[in-house]
Amino acid sequence: MNLTLKVWRQNGPQDKGHFDTHQLSDVTGDMSFLEMMDVLNDKIIREGGEPIAFDHDCREGICGMCSMFINGEAHGPGRGVTTCQLHMRSFKDGDTITIEPWRASAFPVVKDLTVDRSAFDRIIQAGGYVSVNTSGETLDANAIPVPKADADEAFNAATCIGCGACVATCKNASAMLFVSAKVSQFALLPQGQPERKRRVTRMVEQMDKEGFGNCTNTGACAVECPKGIDLTNIARMNRDFLNASVTGQ
Amino acid sequence: MLDSKIPGGPLADKWTQYKNNIRLVNPANKRLIDVIVVGTGLAGSSAAASLAEMGYNVKAFCFQDSPRRAHSIAAQGGINAAKNYQNDGDSVYRLFYDTIKGGDYRSREANVHRLAEVSTSIIDQCVAQGVPFAREYGGLLDNRSFGGVQVSRTFYAKGQTGQQLLLGAYSALSRQISKGKVKMYNRHEMMDVVIVDGKARGIIARNLVTGDLERHSAHAVVLATGGYGNVFFLSTNAMGSNVSAAWKAHRKGAFMANPCFTQIHPTCIPVSGHYQSKLTLMSESLRNDGRIWVPAKAEDAEAVRKGTLKPTAIPEADRDYYLERRYPAFGNLVPRDVASRAAKERCDAGFGVNTTGEAVFLDFASAIMRYGKTEANVMGLENPSDDKMRELGKAVVKAKYGNLFDMYRQITDDNPYETPMKIYPAVHYTMGGLWVDYNLMTTVPGLYAAGEANFSDHGANRLGASALMQGLADGYFVLPYTIGDYLADDIRTGAISNDTPEFVEAEKAVQAQLDKFVSNNGTTPVDDFHRRLGRIMWDNCGMARNKEGLTQAIADIAALREEFYANVRVPGSAKGYNPELDKAGRVADFLELGELMCKDALEREESCGGHFREEHQTEEGEALRRDDEFTFVSAWECNGKPNDANLHKEGLVYENIELKQRSYK
Repeated sequence: MNLTLKVWRQNGPQDKGHFDTHQLSDVTGDMSFLEMMDVLNDKIIREGGEPIAFDHDCREGICGMCSMFINGEAHGPGRGVTTCQLHMRSFKDGDTITIEPWRASAFPVVKDLTVDRSAFDRIIQAGGYVSVNTSGETLDANAIPVPKADADEAFNAATCIGCGACVATCKNASAMLFVSAKVSQFALLPQGQPERKRRVTRMVEQMDKEGFGNCTNTGACAVECPKGIDLTNIARMNRDFLNASVTGQ
Repeated sequence: MLDSKIPGGPLADKWTQYKNNIRLVNPANKRLIDVIVVGTGLAGSSAAASLAEMGYNVKAFCFQDSPRRAHSIAAQGGINAAKNYQNDGDSVYRLFYDTIKGGDYRSREANVHRLAEVSTSIIDQCVAQGVPFAREYGGLLDNRSFGGVQVSRTFYAKGQTGQQLLLGAYSALSRQISKGKVKMYNRHEMMDVVIVDGKARGIIARNLVTGDLERHSAHAVVLATGGYGNVFFLSTNAMGSNVSAAWKAHRKGAFMANPCFTQIHPTCIPVSGHYQSKLTLMSESLRNDGRIWVPAKAEDAEAVRKGTLKPTAIPEADRDYYLERRYPAFGNLVPRDVASRAAKERCDAGFGVNTTGEAVFLDFASAIMRYGKTEANVMGLENPSDDKMRELGKAVVKAKYGNLFDMYRQITDDNPYETPMKIYPAVHYTMGGLWVDYNLMTTVPGLYAAGEANFSDHGANRLGASALMQGLADGYFVLPYTIGDYLADDIRTGAISNDTPEFVEAEKAVQAQLDKFVSNNGTTPVDDFHRRLGRIMWDNCGMARNKEGLTQAIADIAALREEFYANVRVPGSAKGYNPELDKAGRVADFLELGELMCKDALEREESCGGHFREEHQTEEGEALRRDDEFTFVSAWECNGKPNDANLHKEGLVYENIELKQRSYK
């Protein structure tokens, strides 16, 4: 198929940025979106231009590195997929595709489609862990049974890949879905209980400090989340945060 | 002869006795000592977190935008541990034995036994960190089985075990970053290791955003930089996975061990076109329930390839379940090297499916019916119809492997609940790597290698679910002990200056190479060379190797390397964010490594594990080891061109296990 690609180019966080338009032919349906970008970059390099910078690594939907806003949607038109798993069979001959970076003030642009998501790391550093040393001298793994339903729900929350699609999708650029997924994982497990209140308080504080917006319950984040992280996580986090606030922790 | 520094005493006591007798560094002195950890996968994150907890000042580096993205995250199936929760006869000894046998008797007994010993602590540790492993209804941990073993010792979190374990290690790392005990450098690549007075004392790193070179000094350097499967261009590795850190260390004196030992994983989604950038694994856990087959009749295979015959229309009698046929004892759960070769054998014989003829079927139809029948019994349904059982069975399979089936469907547009998956072997893991002694130290004092970056535990073939085990064992439980013994000499050294001639020289050399790339004025993009190198490697140093092909490959790679330097085009400048430049440096190193791999494969005149020399096979086409001559580790010392490398041998001594021809029949 033949495609028209409108791609955002921006040379660093201070640059204003603009769209470049490229024509690309011989795209096949079995190509992944990023392989299509590879083909485009190969063409640009051979023509003497500077290739489009974009983040990507595992290309199997788990590292969370790829981050394109395609035709107005995080990770493009598919549901439950990252950009690297989106295949060109989702498009048709003659389509115009607009490709932008995640747009959020907490995610400054590094270059073109690459953004800086280190704010997410700092939120985890604020409390997204269980404070246990790595000595291996802990309880036997089977000493505390965990009901299967709790373990499964904790797992579902823990599958968040930290890609930032939730932030990019939210009209307020809120990070509530990301933060609540980590808060929920530990809130659902016995190992997370001792630090439960402290954790939620500190992570929410850090989230605010990073300049993410507030949650207005539109639910757009969960729709675009490639891992299907559920909105109930946000409800759980709000409950825990309130609980921690009124009990003064 | 290389000294592997294996402690004395009976095998089962070595590690405990060793720990009781090594030197320690007291807490006040640990604060005076700096350690650099490069790479933040399972081995790197866990090492950095553990060393920081102990009190050392740690600097950690990763090339990704966050330490959480290292490629350990993509490991699917699980992690082995000798817990024997299933009461199926498992033990530390059995895990040790299975690993040595699975590795085709080319790994070190003492290292492997230590790995099996600490495996149980890993599970305890991860559960304490809040890693959500799969559980049974009773609330206890669930297990499944993997290739090459006859027990269920694999712990898992759906098909995302690597993700959950890495996020566990990342959370431990994040905790130390928040305390200031680890200084984290994201989007930084190690460009060289700096040696001062014969010891590794730091690295030159490049900030990939600004392009600036930085000098970082330390008392010891740990490389946890993963494997080099991307030398094949197409592999299950991440796009950024590279050999550069290990290769720079090799050039600075670290020996490279068994580089030709590569793992080709039997169950990956086949190649679909020339634009292909990577291959996707379908977890080995699928072989618990999937049956592998090809059509028994060549004309059926031909019709399937043309698309005129559907696989579901081929009757049972006309299907060749070749693993079950050839290896009745292990069936579909033979080790990876055996399964891969068997697939290649069938496809080469003309029975392959897919349009390319390079694929076999992985079929869940009988598992779906089997589970459906059990479910129907549980629900008390009398005489359930086949459709009902199929429906119930699909739900069970979905619960077990749902995310893998979804992934398969996204990539291929085929529905594996209705029609068998098509799979083919692909490069997945590298057993070879930097040579390390029992302490995980390379031949350069103070330079350590952990996880896939070292060679130590998997011999010539790694068993499934053992990579995660080794990464975390090295980082959480081995390195933190062994490195102390070395650092005990450094308590009076004081901070290492990064202003010495050694640092200045190393930085200059790195800058010179970067400048050369961006001013090269060539015409051909980096990927073009990488793809061609991959083709040479896959054709000559892949699932089957022979003298003629390897000799030719060595010459071809040297020629390709020359062409690369003459004609590569790297747009942009050495300042600022320039992913093409990062890639050029990595491919330059792959172009050297590939040559050494072929040389190693050429000199190892036997077949063992993933290394199959066509000249050395049994009458039935199985790998034929030559223990009298080749029971050693090949450790290569750099001597200019890769083909001029000097071979050092570490003899492998088996005191506890008898060397046998491996049999899974």
